Amino acid sequence: MDAHIQVNNLNVYYGRQQALKDVNIEIPKKQITVIMGPSGCGKTTLLKTFNRFLELTDGAQITGEVLVDGENIYDREVDVTEVRKAVGLLAQRPSPLPMSIFDNIVYGMHIHRMKRDRREYKAAVKHYLEIAGLWDEVQKRLHDPATSLSIGQQQRLCLARGLAVEPEIILGDEPTSALDPISSQNIESRLLDLKQNYTTVIVTHTLRQARRLADYVIYMYLGEVIEAGPAKEVFTNPKHERTKQYLEGLF
Amino acid sequence: MSETYEILTIKSNEQAEGRFTRPSVAARTRQDRAARRAFFIITLLPVALIIIVAVALLIRAWPILSAYQLSDLLFSEVWKPGEGKFGFWPFILGTVWVTVVGVVLSVPACLLVSIYLAEYAHAATRTIAKPVLDLLAAIPPVVYGVWGLLAIVPFVDDVLAPLSDRWLGSISIFAVNQPTGFGILAGGIVLAVMIAPLIISVVYEVFSTVPNDLRHASLAVGATQWQTIRNIVLPQVMPGIIAAVVLGASRALGETIAVLMVVGNVPQIPTSIFDSAYPLPALIANNYGEMMSIPLYDAALLGAALVLLVVILIFNILSTMVLQRMLRRKWA
Repeated sequence: MDAHIQVNNLNVYYGRQQALKDVNIEIPKKQITVIMGPSGCGKTTLLKTFNRFLELTDGAQITGEVLVDGENIYDREVDVTEVRKAVGLLAQRPSPLPMSIFDNIVYGMHIHRMKRDRREYKAAVKHYLEIAGLWDEVQKRLHDPATSLSIGQQQRLCLARGLAVEPEIILGDEPTSALDPISSQNIESRLLDLKQNYTTVIVTHTLRQARRLADYVIYMYLGEVIEAGPAKEVFTNPKHERTKQYLEGLF
Repeated sequence: MSETYEILTIKSNEQAEGRFTRPSVAARTRQDRAARRAFFIITLLPVALIIIVAVALLIRAWPILSAYQLSDLLFSEVWKPGEGKFGFWPFILGTVWVTVVGVVLSVPACLLVSIYLAEYAHAATRTIAKPVLDLLAAIPPVVYGVWGLLAIVPFVDDVLAPLSDRWLGSISIFAVNQPTGFGILAGGIVLAVMIAPLIISVVYEVFSTVPNDLRHASLAVGATQWQTIRNIVLPQVMPGIIAAVVLGASRALGETIAVLMVVGNVPQIPTSIFDSAYPLPALIANNYGEMMSIPLYDAALLGAALVLLVVILIFNILSTMVLQRMLRRKWA
């Protein structure tokens, strides 16, 4: 397997409580990996180690390695902002920045000085809003506050904002759980469109979404990875009893 | 209480009984209403108190307000009660100078401290530092005054004044005209420390009204923490910071004892931060009750109190209005 992210002996503690227990997994390049499992199993914690967001939580301690393209992102010399530029995050709730739609997209590009002039920024804004499937809806109101958008539109805006800094990996922390069914479907089809260009890792608690999106599946339970493998194998022929029970909806 | 209850019960019996008008229910809703009214009246008391104080001051100051033109009183520079000259201007300016110096010294440091506490500090640091800062507010003003007298005044006299004389002497607001150490700078330094806990705790609260989602959204695209604070958090909290500063200023305006111990108390028009000054609260505290045989003296001092009250009220109302709008704002 061509692994984009490789996790070695990863342990995470919140104070004394251990949230992740000796996680060793690989995440394939340019596919959608879905992390699933019952609530409290450490799905989101694992996801947050991939863009070093876990260290924003007071009292979280991490041991082990997370390699992105073979480079440990927890190395001392690593610049965390470069990690987060390369590993974008789509949060559970859409969080538009308190500025215009246009400025939301420009924000990250501007921070990394990625474009030279306003014309380039304008072109980039159009480009990423098109990718996120939002351009037609907002092209006449680019300078309206981002909060004036519907919640589903806001999430697509957040997707466009994340893509604008040219990441290689997209993380999604239950990115559709706050959305209505149609908006959810919209986000899902964006993610399916994007997977040929980006490595995507999605946390979800809905099995049906996992089945619709996953190329590769990681099943977690109580902080441990129980089973990981190509979606076809795991869904049709789970090796572990726990995975089987989960897939059958027994808990 | 029991009396009220009886009255309520009797009254409610007169009503037609329906599903929602059983006597017990009616009695309870009436009690509820009575309680609400009582609390409302209690809440009104402080408001009434302010009005009463203002009216009382106005009445007592009336003799001087009617004897002189208001503009003469406010803007005349001479204060010689024995000769019937009552100019508030040196005192108003003294108050403004000391307050401005205090706020200017305090605000930058307070902002940095609150930003550190709210945005950077670990939870553990915060749980220690916050109570200690709040403790600063519990030190009695007179202790600050003694500290100013023993530490700040000599420091200004021995260190700051010579330095300023050497390097900044040509700029008039830094000129050393009366080298005693007692003066606006000493008062301002003491005030700066006194208002710091208030400003820090308000600014800290305002920072915590900004939801973490916003910070995370910025960090997630690879912004540094400082870029996040600068671009996202600060614009959101700006009105709150202004309100905190105004709140600190209104506290400084009224501060009496600590200031009067170090400020020199000379009724003159100050031109430099090393000059002595005589703020309004010091004027009232130093003189009220003495030399009351001088005609209109009593009225003049209470007039000064009225001026101070009006200024502080305006400041407070402004800052509270801004703060409340901040805290009530929806972050959808």
